Amino acid sequence: MSEKTVAAISTPQGEGGISVIRISGDDAISIADLCFKGVSGKKLSSLKGYEAAFGEVFSNDEKIDDAVALVFREPKSYTGENVVELSVHGGRMAAQKTLSTVLKAGAVPAQNGEFTKRAFLNGKLDLSEAESVMELISAKNNTALRLSLAAKDGKISREIDVITERLLETAANLAAYSDYPDEDIEGLNFENFSNLLNDCSNKLKRMLDTFDSSKTIREGIDCAIVGRPNVGKSTLMNLLSGFERSIVTDVAGTTRDVIENTVCIADITLNLADTAGIRQTDDLVENLGVSLAQKRMNTAALVLAVFDGSSALTEDDISLINCLDKRITVIIINKNDLGINIDKSVFEGFCCVEISAKEDESIDCLKEAIVEITQTAKISESDAVLISERQRNCADRAYNAVLEALDTLKSGFTLDAVGICVDDAISSLLELTGKRVTNEVCDEVFRRFCVGK
Amino acid sequence: MVPRYKAGKYEVAVIGGGHAGIEAALAAARLGCQTVMFTITLDWVGNMPCNPSIGGTAKGHLVRELDALGGEMGVAADKNTLQSRMLNRGKGPAVYSLRAQIDRRAYSGYMKHTVEKQQNLDVKQAEITELEYSDGKWYLVTNLGAQYECDTVIIATGTFLGGRIYVGEVNYESGPDGAFPATMLSESLKKLNIPLRRFKTGTPARVLKSSIDFSQLEVQPGDDETEPFSYSTKFEPENKVVCHISYTNDRTKKVILQNLHRSPLYGGVIEGVGPRYCPSIEDKIVRFADKPRHQLFIEPCGEDTEEMYLQGMSSSLPEEVQIQFYRTIKGLENVKVMRNAYAIEYDCIDPIALMASLEFKDHPGLYGAGQFNGSSGYEEAAAQGLIAGINAARKVKGQPPVILSRASSYIGTLIDDLVTKGCSDPYRMMTSRSEYRLILRQDNADERLMPIGYEIGLVSQDTYNVFLERKEKKEKEIERISSTFLSPSKELNELLEKMGTATVNTGCRLSDLIKRPQLGYEVLAPFDKNRPNLEKSVWEKVETEIKYEGYISRQLSQVNEMLRLEKKLIPNDLDYSDVYGLRIEAREKLQQIKPLSIGQASRISGVSPADISVLIIYLERGKDGRL
Repeated sequence: MSEKTVAAISTPQGEGGISVIRISGDDAISIADLCFKGVSGKKLSSLKGYEAAFGEVFSNDEKIDDAVALVFREPKSYTGENVVELSVHGGRMAAQKTLSTVLKAGAVPAQNGEFTKRAFLNGKLDLSEAESVMELISAKNNTALRLSLAAKDGKISREIDVITERLLETAANLAAYSDYPDEDIEGLNFENFSNLLNDCSNKLKRMLDTFDSSKTIREGIDCAIVGRPNVGKSTLMNLLSGFERSIVTDVAGTTRDVIENTVCIADITLNLADTAGIRQTDDLVENLGVSLAQKRMNTAALVLAVFDGSSALTEDDISLINCLDKRITVIIINKNDLGINIDKSVFEGFCCVEISAKEDESIDCLKEAIVEITQTAKISESDAVLISERQRNCADRAYNAVLEALDTLKSGFTLDAVGICVDDAISSLLELTGKRVTNEVCDEVFRRFCVGK
Repeated sequence: MVPRYKAGKYEVAVIGGGHAGIEAALAAARLGCQTVMFTITLDWVGNMPCNPSIGGTAKGHLVRELDALGGEMGVAADKNTLQSRMLNRGKGPAVYSLRAQIDRRAYSGYMKHTVEKQQNLDVKQAEITELEYSDGKWYLVTNLGAQYECDTVIIATGTFLGGRIYVGEVNYESGPDGAFPATMLSESLKKLNIPLRRFKTGTPARVLKSSIDFSQLEVQPGDDETEPFSYSTKFEPENKVVCHISYTNDRTKKVILQNLHRSPLYGGVIEGVGPRYCPSIEDKIVRFADKPRHQLFIEPCGEDTEEMYLQGMSSSLPEEVQIQFYRTIKGLENVKVMRNAYAIEYDCIDPIALMASLEFKDHPGLYGAGQFNGSSGYEEAAAQGLIAGINAARKVKGQPPVILSRASSYIGTLIDDLVTKGCSDPYRMMTSRSEYRLILRQDNADERLMPIGYEIGLVSQDTYNVFLERKEKKEKEIERISSTFLSPSKELNELLEKMGTATVNTGCRLSDLIKRPQLGYEVLAPFDKNRPNLEKSVWEKVETEIKYEGYISRQLSQVNEMLRLEKKLIPNDLDYSDVYGLRIEAREKLQQIKPLSIGQASRISGVSPADISVLIIYLERGKDGRL
């Protein structure tokens, strides 16, 4: 039984130079032949793998666009199946029309991640590589993109393989030691074992440490903009967003629900929440908004607290300051174009910037302050970074097993017990790279690629 | 052609009277089947043509497991032990392994008498030359034309099948130890479309005791306290002999390297594949060129013989070269060789042709066991013989086969490895072959397997009752120790200090103290007032289970994870060409091996995790669903 042939636009949305429509499956080439006429007159089905033809895509004898068709024959393609990539001029229209034509000719639309799923199932990618492609597709900023790319190139697998190798070496020594009781086997001493295990535990620890910060990079930081009414929170939101997301009026209390937006500044993704001004109020609707705002502030990983610098601090301002956590807060003294008329000593110990949210240039000093507070810069691009909870979970199990092996060794237990911990660590790592199939791996396949029933 | 005559009918026929054949024949007969065992020479029933010993790492586990299932090997070994040692004592309970030097002729005599006395079992000296199948019956024909009609047949031909001995430039058709080989059966098997291949193995020289200068050698005595293999043996085997240790040296190496071209193996005369884990001395010297010396053990072959076995020194070099290099070794300067070392090449199958029941996939009622299946070693052979015997008997009775899981035993692991992965050289059991070492200990083989042996019908009610009692005692004691508290006292803290572990200043659970690596069950006896008087085998198990509790549960969780994949069954009629996305190699392997479960499939070499994912997805979504 063969799978249906699928097609999708595989370049990102937007105005690029070219768009690529990828068709993959047994019938990819014959389907492409129905929508593509080469100038040479040659059918695509007469081409070998890795050959290209120039021509045009057409629908009902009507030309849609000039196109280059690139033919891959199974198994030498991304998905491991027959693949045709039609490159047409950039812009949504030409790409969209080409795709419709291809679908009319017999392909079905590819599901999200389907090319990758097929590549995985055809053995072209291992699980951690496939996972990183999925991350790549959904990367929200440049750093996340780079990390996923590194992972896609097998960086995680390579790093894990190095650790696995060392553990296997340990396991092999232990096995030789017990299977050949009468032989004098060299290199079997406490120091060697504990050095090797220590090295593995350090490497795993480092990978686990970077997971949380890399998660921040991938998923963004929940950021609440707070302050009493009409200090310019929504103006700040709009400044960060680069367009008017919040309704800005002179009437205090205009923003009553929580307005959300995701922005990317200095390669940090902020999941912004503009909140209702925090103050004592009798207005029922506004009150609801206020409590939502407080809730947001309590769960946020970054708080941008906005104050009006042009007029003296109010009681609401002071009670807000008392609620703020210095470690995660940037104090924004707004409206500095109107002059600073407040006592800044109350902000001592806080990270503090003075801006005018109406001025676009204000964004620069804000960026600096946000980077300083979030400190995401500590991940180096050369790091192999774990990119999914599943991977973290495996690495964590391996780490704990190695620690237990070390403990067992140090406390003077027999080596067979050490061996059991080492075996456990190895199988967790093999599971991480998908080299060992477990139920978890299979569940992951089902979850990520929406396959199955 | 020899004229045939009808010689009789049997339910189970066993070809071969070695360690596999004996267990197979005894099991089938004890389960009530009319059974016949053929052997080329009655004088070699249960012969040990190589090491005069039973057990060793992982092999000792196999013997205990055999015993728990109702096999004979453990009992026979206990009755004929010359020296007993528990190997790996300091390395932890997972790898403790019992090994005993055996009186070779006495063992063979005991086994011969045992099969002779067995009800339902006939033992015949004959060479089987032909095996035919028609209308649901197997026909065995001897070289004298006797034709037997049988429901099931177990092939346990060992090194006899197409046997050929090599000594330097000389080679000739022969069975082991000078016995006749089986020269005709291979052709008959090929006619049944059973492909055969050549494996080889080797054995060292036997030398005259009085020609050895023992004064120069290290002595290796038996254990002060010994324990038997068998759960039904009521005595502690006595140490009657000592073994000795010596080493090869530069001169040994030189003699061997100078004459390497005269080795049939290095000269390319032998096509058979030898055991990687049991190499000849010339192999060791070539492969481990940096090693300055190799150990050898000098072991007595029996109480009533002067023959001594040189363990670790098997060779297929010419006889004169053998004499020359043996004499380079300290203590052997004037050694007299009584039997020369030799390599023997023989026919065997690729065991992936078998199901886990050891029945051929394509030949209902035909089973294989022992070296014929590609394994090496007496214990490996006996283990397979027992399972083949049980399953042949069960087939006759219309019962489902007994298949032991990897998590249950080394026997299960051995058979799963053979039928799933096949083997490219003679398969030897090792503790590292099991991923569940701490659970598959030699001390708890009874708990793991005796209920199965009892249910099958090979373990007597009496033996089983004793087992249940022993198990209950153990469980009660663990419970008692886990709820016993010791109060801190000067004496206790003195002991703790003396053993190099932290003192206590509040009351503490006895089990927590036993868990400390520096302490144990025995040493805490003075502080444990209500301690019952238990046999060593019981309290040792108590100690192990308490001490290693955390590690045991770690391993149990691995077992449970594996069982989940083991429970995902694959329909036997699955057409793998239907499964989209399998690589060609994987498809062929799966089609050939027909794994029972996803778990088994994942152990096939050449089947990648991606293939397994494809398979799981295929099975989960059913045939017609879209990916």
